[in-house]
Amino acid sequence: MMIDFSILSILTFLPLLGVLFILLVRGNDELVALNSKRVALYTSLFNFALSLVLLVRFDPAQADFQFVEKHTWFSAFDIAYHMGVDGISLFFILLSTFLVPVCIIASWNSIKTRVREYMIAFLVLETFMIGTFCALDAVLFYIFFEGVLIPMFIIIGVWGGARRVYSAYKFFLYTLLGSVLMLVGLLVLMFQTGTSDIPTLMQNPVVGTLQMWLFVAFFASFAVKMPMWPVHTWLPDAHVEAPTAGSVILAGVLLKMGGYGFLRFSLPMFPLATEFFAPVIFWLSVIAIIYTSLVALRQSDMKKLIAYSSVAHMGFVTLGIFTATTQGIEGGIFQMISHGIISAALFLCVGVVYDRLHTREIARYGGLVKNMPKYATVFMILMLGSVGLPGTSGFVGEFLTLMGAFQVDTVVAVFATTGVVLGAAYMLMLYRRMFFGGKLPKDAEAMKDLNAREHLVLVPLVLMVLWLGIAPGFVMERVAPSVEKLIGQYEAGLMAGGKKNG
Amino acid sequence: MEFYAVFMPLFGFLLAFLFGKNMGDKGAQLVTCSGVIISAVLSCILFVEVIYGGGHGHHGAMGDPRTITLMNWITSGTMQVDWALRVDQLTVVMMCVVSVVSSCVHVYSVGYMSHDKCKARFMSYLSLFTFAMLMLVTSDNLVQLFFGWEGVGVASYLLIGFWNHKESANAASVKAFLVNRVGDFGLALGIFAAFFVFGTVQFDALFDAVKSAPDTMMNFIGYELHALTVICLLLFMGAMGKSAQLGLHTWLPDAMEGPTPVSALIHAATMVTAGVFLVARFSPVFEYAPIALMVVTIVGALTAFVAATIGMTQFDIKRVIAYSTMSQLGYMFFALGVSAYGAAIFHLMTHAFFKALLFLGAGSVIHAMSDEQDMRKMGGVWKKIPATYVLMWIGSLALAGIPFFAGYYSKDIILEAAFADHTWFGEFAFWMGIAAALMTAFYSARLLFMTFHGKPRASKKVMDHVHESPPIMLTPLMILSVGAVFAGYIFYEGFVGHHQFWDKSLLVLPENDTVEAAYHVPYWVKKLPIVMGALGLLLGALLYGKFIGLPEKFTKVFAPFHKLFFNKWWFDELYHHAFVRPALFFGDVFTKSDKKVIDGFGPDGVAKTSQKFGGLLSRFQTGYVFQYALVMIIGLIALVTWMFVKITLGFEFGQEG
Repeated sequence: MMIDFSILSILTFLPLLGVLFILLVRGNDELVALNSKRVALYTSLFNFALSLVLLVRFDPAQADFQFVEKHTWFSAFDIAYHMGVDGISLFFILLSTFLVPVCIIASWNSIKTRVREYMIAFLVLETFMIGTFCALDAVLFYIFFEGVLIPMFIIIGVWGGARRVYSAYKFFLYTLLGSVLMLVGLLVLMFQTGTSDIPTLMQNPVVGTLQMWLFVAFFASFAVKMPMWPVHTWLPDAHVEAPTAGSVILAGVLLKMGGYGFLRFSLPMFPLATEFFAPVIFWLSVIAIIYTSLVALRQSDMKKLIAYSSVAHMGFVTLGIFTATTQGIEGGIFQMISHGIISAALFLCVGVVYDRLHTREIARYGGLVKNMPKYATVFMILMLGSVGLPGTSGFVGEFLTLMGAFQVDTVVAVFATTGVVLGAAYMLMLYRRMFFGGKLPKDAEAMKDLNAREHLVLVPLVLMVLWLGIAPGFVMERVAPSVEKLIGQYEAGLMAGGKKNG
Repeated sequence: MEFYAVFMPLFGFLLAFLFGKNMGDKGAQLVTCSGVIISAVLSCILFVEVIYGGGHGHHGAMGDPRTITLMNWITSGTMQVDWALRVDQLTVVMMCVVSVVSSCVHVYSVGYMSHDKCKARFMSYLSLFTFAMLMLVTSDNLVQLFFGWEGVGVASYLLIGFWNHKESANAASVKAFLVNRVGDFGLALGIFAAFFVFGTVQFDALFDAVKSAPDTMMNFIGYELHALTVICLLLFMGAMGKSAQLGLHTWLPDAMEGPTPVSALIHAATMVTAGVFLVARFSPVFEYAPIALMVVTIVGALTAFVAATIGMTQFDIKRVIAYSTMSQLGYMFFALGVSAYGAAIFHLMTHAFFKALLFLGAGSVIHAMSDEQDMRKMGGVWKKIPATYVLMWIGSLALAGIPFFAGYYSKDIILEAAFADHTWFGEFAFWMGIAAALMTAFYSARLLFMTFHGKPRASKKVMDHVHESPPIMLTPLMILSVGAVFAGYIFYEGFVGHHQFWDKSLLVLPENDTVEAAYHVPYWVKKLPIVMGALGLLLGALLYGKFIGLPEKFTKVFAPFHKLFFNKWWFDELYHHAFVRPALFFGDVFTKSDKKVIDGFGPDGVAKTSQKFGGLLSRFQTGYVFQYALVMIIGLIALVTWMFVKITLGFEFGQEG
C-alpha cells in the first residue's frame, strides 16, 4: 500500500458523516437551514480537498489500481469490500467532489424549503457517486451505482418543477428496466465465474455466447444512464423538472456512470460481444448525434435544449469508447470529463437567469449582453466549449473520438462529424436569442449581472474549460496508462476468443 | 522573438478585454495597438532574417527556418501535437501581411469607431483575431492550424455581430460561423484521414511520409481511393469555406454587416486568405494529387468568374468590394491549382494591401456620408474628400491590374501560369480569369464613378456633413497605398522571379513548374490582361461617368443575366431550401417522435397499459417520488437477502472455463 490510511473509504463515506452532523442540528427552522448548509458545504469542501490529496498521491505512470482496499465481506461468495482507482476512474471522482460543493453554493439561496433534507440528499448522493467510481467489486459497484438513483429521485421529486412526478416516474421506469437486466446479468456472471471481483473478471473474460447475453444485460443499464438513443427521453424531462443543482449533478456526473460502466465491464469482460455489437452502437451514436442535435435546434426551453445537446455529446462518448482505439477511448473519457464541466456550468447559467425571471423560455430573454455583460462572456466561453472550439476542453474529446472513429469506420466518422456543424447551429441560435437583438423584454432588461456567489461557482468552471483545452496533458497522461492496459485486456480477450483484431 | 511576435496581440486582447473598463478606452486602444505594432515590427525583422539572412543550407544559421516548441498540447497514443511556432519563408510572408495590415486596421479603428460605445471590446476582438491568425500561419501541425482556423472564425463571428442590436448583423454572424463549420467538417476529416494513413499530423513528418509513399491507397466511405487525393480534397473543403470559394461563399457578402475595419482586415486581407495559405502549405501533398489540383483550379476559376459577374450588379459599396475579394481569391486558388504557389501567395500579399486600402477607403467614404453604403445615394463628393478619392483610385488601379501597380504583377503572373499549365483546366482558368479581369476593371470604375462623380444623390443634410477623415484614419490608408503601389515591383523577383526565396517551404515538382513556364508564353498572353484591364476601366468610366442612362438600358436588354447576377445566382435561396428548411423540419419531426413514438411505446405506453389493468404501476404514476425510491431500496434489500439465502443453503456457484 502506498499510504497508510484508507483514503478511498474516507472519501466515500465522509459525506455520510456530514449527514450525521446535519441530523444533529437543532434550533428554529432558519438556524437549521443555515447550519445544514454550512455543514454540507464544509463537508463537501473538505472532501474535495481530500480528493486533491488523492490526485497528488496518484502515480501517473501506474496502469493498475491504486489505493486498493480489500476486506472480505461475504467470504462464501468471494464478495469483498474492494476499492481502488486507476486513471479511468480518478477524474470522475474529482469531478464528483468538485461539483458537489459547487451545487451546494449554487443552491444557497434558491432552495428555501426543506433545506436540511436537501443537503442530506446531496451528501448521500456524493457518497454513492464516489463509491461507484471506487468500487472494484461488482456487487459493491451495483449497490452504489443504483443507490445514486435514490437521492436523485428525491431531489427531482421534492424540489423539482411542476411536472416533477411525471419526470421522476419516467426516470424510474427507464432505470428500472436497466437495473433489472443488469442485476440478472450480474448474478449470471457471478454464477459462471464464482467471483464478483472486477479486476479478476477483467483478466478472465467469460467465454462463449454467454458474453453476448451478459453484454446486452449490462448494456441495457449503461445505455439508459448514458443516455443513448432511443432510451434518452427521460433526460430532457428530468432536467427540466430538476432544480438547478440537480441538473448540474445529473449532467455533470450521473451521465458519466454509463460510460464508466462500458469501460469497466463491457470492454474488458465481454470483448467478443463488444466487437460484435460495436457497429450497432456506432450507428446508435451517430443517430444520437444527428437526431438530438436537430431536436435541440427546435427547443424553446433552454434547459431542454442543453439536455438534448447532452445526449448528442454523449453520442461522441459511446462512439469513441466502442472504437476500442487509443484515441477513441481516451477521447471518450476526456469528453465525459469536459462535458461534465461544461454542461454543469451551462445548467448553472440557466439557473442564473431562472433565479431572476423564473422562466426557462428562451423567447422571454433577449439582448442580455447589454445588462449582463459578464454573464454573456461566461456563457460565450461555455458555448464555445460546447461546440468544441479548439482551445476549450470540448474540442479535445470530440476531436479524439472522431479521430478514433475514422480509423474504424469512415462512413460513421463522416456522419458523426456533421455533429460539429449541427452542434454549432443550436448553440449559436440559443446564444443569439438570449443575448443579442435590439428589442428586449422590460423585465429581462432589468436583470442584474452576476453576483459574487455566481462568480464564485462559474469562474472556476470556465477556467477549467480553458485550462483543459489548452493543456489537457495533465489529465491525458494520467488516463493513458490505464487505457493502454484496458485495450491490452480487450485485445487479449479477443484473441483468447479466437478472433484476432488487427 | 518568435514568441512575442505571435503572442503580443494575445496580451493586448487579454488586457483590453479583462481590464477595458479600468483602463478606459484610450488605455485599451493603446495596449491593443502597441501589441499589434510590436508584433508587426518583430515580424518584419523575422522576414528579413529568414528571407535574406538565411544560412543557405548551413544548419543552425540565424536566419534559417526553425520551429520553436512551446509545450505539449494533445498526446493520445501515437498522435502527438505540440503548441509550436514554425517560422519558415512561407510563414514570415504571412506573418508580415497579417501583422502589418492588422496594425493599419487597429490604428484606423481608433478613428473609425470613435463614436462607438464599446471601443475596448472592439479593439480586443481585433487583437484576438490577429493572434489566432498568427497561430494559424505559424503552426507546425494540422491541429494547431485547426486551432487558429477556428479561432479566426470565432473572432470573425464576434466582429460581424459586433453591432448585436442589429438583427441582420446577428444573422450574418451566425451564418458565417455555420458555413465555415461546413468547411471545417471537411478540414477535420482531412486531418483524420492524414493521421489514419500516415500516422502523423505534424507537417514535416507528414510531408516526408507523403514523399516516400505518394501512391498509398485508402478505404474511404467504402471505396478504395488514392489517399492523397482524398486528403487534399477534404482539406480543400475547409479552404473553400474559409476563403469563400464558390459553394461555400454565401457567408462572405453578408459578413459586410460588420464594421468596415473588420471587413478590411478579416474579410479581405487576411482571414479569407487562410485557405490559400493552407493549400500552399500543403504543396508537398497537393503536388502528388493531380486530381485535387484540377479541382482546385476549376473551383478557383469558377469563383473568380461568378463573383465578378455579381460584383458588377451590386449597389452596396462594401458588397461590391466583397465580391471582388471573392473573385480575387478565385484567382489565387486557380494559381494554386496550376502549381503556381508562389504566384498565389504573391497575389495574396498584393491583394492584402490594395484590398485593405479599398475597404478602409470605402469606410472613409461611409464615415463621410453619415453611414450610407448604397452607391445610388452617393456621387459628387470627390472634391470634398480628395485624399480618400485619390487613395481609392490607387486601390482600384491596383485591383484592375493596371501596369506598375501591385496587382498588375501578381495577377499577370497568375494568368500566364494558368496558360502555361497546358492542361484543359489551366486554359479554362486562363479564359475565366481574363473575363473576370475585364469585369473587375469594369466594376472598379463603376464603383469610383458612382461614388465620387456625377451629381450628388444624397440629401442636402448628408452632403453638408461630408468631411475628410481625420489623420488617424488617413495615415494607415497611406501606408497601405504604398504597399498597393510598390509591393508588386519590389517583391516580384523574390516571390515569382528567377531568384525565389521559398526554398523548402513550397514544393513544386519540376514538371509542374508553371511559374518558370510563364516566362515563355506567347506575347498576346502577356499583354491580354492589361488590355482587358484598360478596356474594363474605360467601359466603366464611359457608362457611369459619361452616358449615365446606358446602364439602365443594358440591364433591360440583358435582363435574364442581370437578374441572375443581381440575385447572386440564387445560392442563398437554394441552400435555404436544400439545407436550412429540412434541418428545421426534421427537428420538428424528431421532437414529435420523441414524445409520440419513443415515449408512446415506452414509458407513457407502459403507464397507460398498466393503468388499464389497474396494476401496480398506475399507483406509482400518481404517487410520491418517495415511493419509487422505496422500491429501489426494496430491490437492493432483496438482492442482499437473496444472497444470504443462498449462503444459508450452502449453494455453490458453478464454475466454468
